[in-house]
Amino acid sequence: MSEILNNSGLFFALLGAAFATFFAGIGSAIGVGKAGIAAAGVLSEDPSKFGKVLIFQLLPATQGIYGLLVAFLILTNAGIIGTPKDISLQTGLLYFAASLPIAFAGLFSAIHQGNCSVAGIGTVSKRPDQMGKAIILPAMVETYAILALLISILSIFGIAAM
Amino acid sequence: MAILEMQRINVYALIKYCKDILEDLQRKGVIQIEDVNIEDSVFYKEDTSSIQSSFLRSASCAKDAAEILCEFVPQKKSLLSSFKGRTAITRKEYDTFVESSQEILRVAYDIISFKKNIEQNKAEIIKYESQLESIKPWETLDIPMTFDGTKTTKAFIGTFEDNLSSEDILLKLAETIPETDNISVDIISSDENQTCVLILCMNKDAETISDALREIGFAYPAYLSKSVPRLRMKEIKRHINNRKGRILEYTNNIKSYSGTLSALLFLEDYYIMKAERYSIVDNLSASAHTFVMSGYIVKNDAENLKSYLESKYDAEVELEDADELDVPIKLKNSKFTEPVESVLKTYSYPNRREIDPTSVMAIFYYIFFGMMFSDAGYGLVMTLVCGIMLLKFKNMEDGLKKSMKMFFWCGVSTTFWGLMFGSFFGDAISVISNVYFHTDAPNIPGLVSPLWFNPVTDPMRMLMFAFLLGVIHIFAGLFLQAVIDVKNKEYLSIIYDVVSWYLLVLGAIFALLSTKMMGDIAGFTLPPVFMTVGLVMMAVGAVIIVAFSGRESKNPIKRLLKGLYGLYGATGYLSDILSYSRLLALGLATGVIAQVFNQIGSMLGGGIFGLVMFTIIFLIGHSLNIGINALGAYVHTNRLQFVEFFGKFYTGGGEEFKPFRINTKHYIVKEEK
Repeated sequence: MSEILNNSGLFFALLGAAFATFFAGIGSAIGVGKAGIAAAGVLSEDPSKFGKVLIFQLLPATQGIYGLLVAFLILTNAGIIGTPKDISLQTGLLYFAASLPIAFAGLFSAIHQGNCSVAGIGTVSKRPDQMGKAIILPAMVETYAILALLISILSIFGIAAM
Repeated sequence: MAILEMQRINVYALIKYCKDILEDLQRKGVIQIEDVNIEDSVFYKEDTSSIQSSFLRSASCAKDAAEILCEFVPQKKSLLSSFKGRTAITRKEYDTFVESSQEILRVAYDIISFKKNIEQNKAEIIKYESQLESIKPWETLDIPMTFDGTKTTKAFIGTFEDNLSSEDILLKLAETIPETDNISVDIISSDENQTCVLILCMNKDAETISDALREIGFAYPAYLSKSVPRLRMKEIKRHINNRKGRILEYTNNIKSYSGTLSALLFLEDYYIMKAERYSIVDNLSASAHTFVMSGYIVKNDAENLKSYLESKYDAEVELEDADELDVPIKLKNSKFTEPVESVLKTYSYPNRREIDPTSVMAIFYYIFFGMMFSDAGYGLVMTLVCGIMLLKFKNMEDGLKKSMKMFFWCGVSTTFWGLMFGSFFGDAISVISNVYFHTDAPNIPGLVSPLWFNPVTDPMRMLMFAFLLGVIHIFAGLFLQAVIDVKNKEYLSIIYDVVSWYLLVLGAIFALLSTKMMGDIAGFTLPPVFMTVGLVMMAVGAVIIVAFSGRESKNPIKRLLKGLYGLYGATGYLSDILSYSRLLALGLATGVIAQVFNQIGSMLGGGIFGLVMFTIIFLIGHSLNIGINALGAYVHTNRLQFVEFFGKFYTGGGEEFKPFRINTKHYIVKEEK
């Protein structure tokens, strides 16, 4: 039993990478999906607004990318990509913990950023000149995904340097 | 960096010059015309709405004609045509156009009526085709479908819903009316949906049989041909061919006008210009022989216009300085900082009591954008694309041109930071030389190794740098507040609202950096004396804030509470500064994602196949990364400006100066100077 546990460091590192892509990806998929529905509705009335609504749809897409980024950093640092490394249980668990901020902050911030983007699309459909303001509001939500990304990245770099 | 001074301008002139003056003003585009509210026994307002709408009708007619023409004569439209902007024409070309405007309008009407005829003929063809369809089952009937019977017989021509034989029908009739005979049933045609029949009977039985037929599902056809169906079908086919010929003729007629497209577009512009000129008349007041006009003009243009109007039209022009809050705002900035005005506009124009923050903002804007995007390769792509566009499409619309220029400078800054941090399409050069040349890349400073340091390997250093820039940015905002205070002569406010926060924030930074914990994070510690200095500064700052931030309240308790609340704003400063960590996070995101794509591309090894795949992945991956991260950098740079920076000094709310000018869609008249 203890042998299995000691050898499962790599598993937990991979689990961390999976969590980061998985949860942040779900959040972005939901957010982008919602915004996409609203955007398509606007296009049915005014196809010339495509460029504008597309930007709104893309805003919640970043969390998924941050998740991918963290996952990739874990994969390279844990040796799953590139030269294989010996990962102890403790290191593996640390990588897992490091993935949690972007996994969950990404999940929820992307969903709410999606809601905010839907509202922004509504604003732009009625008042295209207010694009600048409408785009800042969803960007506020993203701040928390960025902070989570920062902590995840700094943790991974810290673990790798240990 | 300035809000231009405005003057109020009043023009008094003879009404016979009104049209010419308005045309001149529209062409010059220097006055924002305001409503003159004089209406009495002498002055009145002219109602021009009917003239305006007739011009607008002509404009929309020209537009429709142009659209029809484009539909029949497909125009080559390049992907980049939206960058083209309006075509410039000279004054001479304009005048020749105007002379032929009546003729072009006739062409427009012609085109529209041809199109209408085509539509009509198409509708008729559809009508005939459906007739043909319904008559087809009766083709073998050799009497007219309206045939009623002879002297002694009665005929029923109609259909049953199912596929029936004459025996079936006779059987059914026999079941309903067994006593009647002498019925003849001829099947004209039948398929699975219907059976077309001709039923003959004696006159005396007509009524009973009619009732019986209805009962067993007989129906009269919707369309009855008065002549023999076969002949009618021939006739219909002739009609259809006839219509098709006409459509072809009209189509050719429209196509023969293909050369007039540019004239039609001009016509639309021309009538819109005219309509706008008349809409301005609503703002004037006229008497029998004179009129009054009022508006705002930029002070520098005022004298020129005054002497022009006075000499050419013998008008009387009054100018006075305008500095009220509702005077419209026009900004003037250098070529380098002007593009950022478009970002300022999306927030709000400054009001008359503030200063124009564009130039300070522009410097930080370019720096922050570059740091977040931070890749020399991406920066070069962006600079080149924007630069080529700007050179190629000289007539680009103003707004678009400003954005292009802004992204040009953002691209330059991105290239700079990319070189500083050693990122060129991520680590493309190292990957390529490792995989395809099996050696380490030559150490090219900037492209392979950083000129300064690599944030991926040294993120804490980058974080500290981001915070440092944040503090500078916020302090610049506070400084601008001080400048505004000076402008409004509220000198004491500088100490209460600006110096106090400088002391508090700087003091806190000094104190924090001299503790061991923060020193470990930052990588350096200030000597202990800074602890004392910092604490003293913080205390002084805090006291000023508590004592004076509630100074509007007379009640001392209320004032104290407001002061304490003001001090609570310190948490705002903390979160503002932390917010600049996005400079690091987004910068890392760009760099690491670029490396990810390089690595995925290189996984297939060094062969020809690997090279092809690498190229494809490289192109798609980096385009994607450019798209998503440029968007991110743009949005978050805006946020840093709007929230962290503007929050310190800027309220906005000014109205943009919108002069009366030529507002065309397709052409712009170049003035000879």
